[in-house]
Amino acid sequence: MLTLHCPYCGVDADETDLHAGGEAHLKRASTGSSDDAFEDYLFMRENPKGVHFERWRHAYGCGKWFLAARCTATLQVFGTYRAQTHEPPQDIKDAISAQRPGWSWGNFR
Amino acid sequence: MKRYSAFAVAREAMRQHKGWDRAWAKRAPKKKYDVIIVGAGGHGLATAYYLGKNFGITNVAVLEKGWLGGGNTGRNTTIIRSNYLQDPSAAIYEKARSLYETMSQDLNYNVMFSPRGLIMLAQTQHEVRGYQRTAQANALQGVQTEWIGPQRVKELCPIMNISGPRYPVLGGLYQERGGTARHDAVAWGYARACSDMGMDIIQQCEVTGVRQQNGKVVGVDTSQGAIDCDKLGMVVAGHAGVMAKMAGFRLPIESVALQALVSEPIKPCMDVVVMANTVHGYMSQSDKGEMVIGGGTDGFNNYTQRGSFHHIEETVRALVETFPMISRLKMLRQWGGIVDVTGDRSPILSKTPVDGVFVNCGWGTGGFKAIPGSGWAMAELMAKGQSPLTDEFSMYRFREGKFIDESVAAGVAH
Repeated sequence: MLTLHCPYCGVDADETDLHAGGEAHLKRASTGSSDDAFEDYLFMRENPKGVHFERWRHAYGCGKWFLAARCTATLQVFGTYRAQTHEPPQDIKDAISAQRPGWSWGNFR
Repeated sequence: MKRYSAFAVAREAMRQHKGWDRAWAKRAPKKKYDVIIVGAGGHGLATAYYLGKNFGITNVAVLEKGWLGGGNTGRNTTIIRSNYLQDPSAAIYEKARSLYETMSQDLNYNVMFSPRGLIMLAQTQHEVRGYQRTAQANALQGVQTEWIGPQRVKELCPIMNISGPRYPVLGGLYQERGGTARHDAVAWGYARACSDMGMDIIQQCEVTGVRQQNGKVVGVDTSQGAIDCDKLGMVVAGHAGVMAKMAGFRLPIESVALQALVSEPIKPCMDVVVMANTVHGYMSQSDKGEMVIGGGTDGFNNYTQRGSFHHIEETVRALVETFPMISRLKMLRQWGGIVDVTGDRSPILSKTPVDGVFVNCGWGTGGFKAIPGSGWAMAELMAKGQSPLTDEFSMYRFREGKFIDESVAAGVAH
């Protein structure tokens, strides 16, 4: 079972305590955006086989949304971090680089 | 190709079965093909088969990184139905279902199509209204389904508890010509027929790149070297996003694990397929006697072909109220496949931004039933550049807002 560390309450939460919330760091399209921008925001996803960033909610715990860096090919978790950021923090990126040198995801590397 | 028949079985029985041919030839890739199909699952092989049968295009290679039919074609619950709400879906799934009716004769390969009937249970008032609406829509689409009451459900499936207490059976959408087929045989039958037409089926050949010139595809790089082609069909289900990235575009697809399980084999007790959408489970009995059970997807992206055990538990727990007898059954085995899910839960059969590259993906949790129709339509799209069955399933429909909303496509609420 997937276990993720909640960066808010500090609990190592089982998958059954969590709710998966899809891809992280989506750039929200708003009024006046082009059709392409809306398509990107609403439907287009990285969906990588490898390093991925995603949203999780500690639904049966503290209830907070947080973000996780995880490998979709092996289910390895590189780390979790708070959601109030537009980009993964450096320590998360370093943790990924240690395991997957040369990784990239969207504009992050 | 030597035809399979009762006579052939008798003949081979007389000579220690030494006269059987390989079902499909093992060949090394040629330098160039008219068409390369990536993915030797049901959809890919069906595409190749109908390219040859309907359009005479036989200089075709089907490349497979693993083994033939080893992806979702070998990992589903073998259910066949066409009781969809939207017209474009009904058209392609009904085409598929009708092709299943004659597939064994067409391919000279017994795919064990068993139109045993299929019930989608209504266990809430919302479902009653929804399925009555679908029954009306199906009548207009020429898809034979009917709304049946709880007593008729009980007659068709006596092992069912229809009185709840939590989710009483209020009726069901019944498709008499829905059913099951032998999933592996579908892939094997198409492979044999493709090989017989001179097509090359190349296993353990992973595509690693898509070569292009001036925005047009010219070939692929593979683990067995570069191969040229005029047209390329990507039919790789869960890995559609990975292949699209090689070709330089993105798809509105997320890949997640979907699981199924079978029980220990028991004596025949259920001769229909039952889908219970409210409780997230569907069940049928295989010819070997195993209860074949499918449930919902995991919520997160995953390429590992295994899912979370608690989903199995949820699925079985939910079915126990409706099928009390399964509470005493042991699970025999469980498996997972990677399904490619789109925003509107409908597939993508489409041209792409790269000239000569076509994509067939997004079947999500319900691809097996569509195999022949999907192949038929994809072949027409690749041969002629257009097909009435695929017009609505363009990858650009999301940008245009022209969804084909089938959010119950797997018989489970996603």
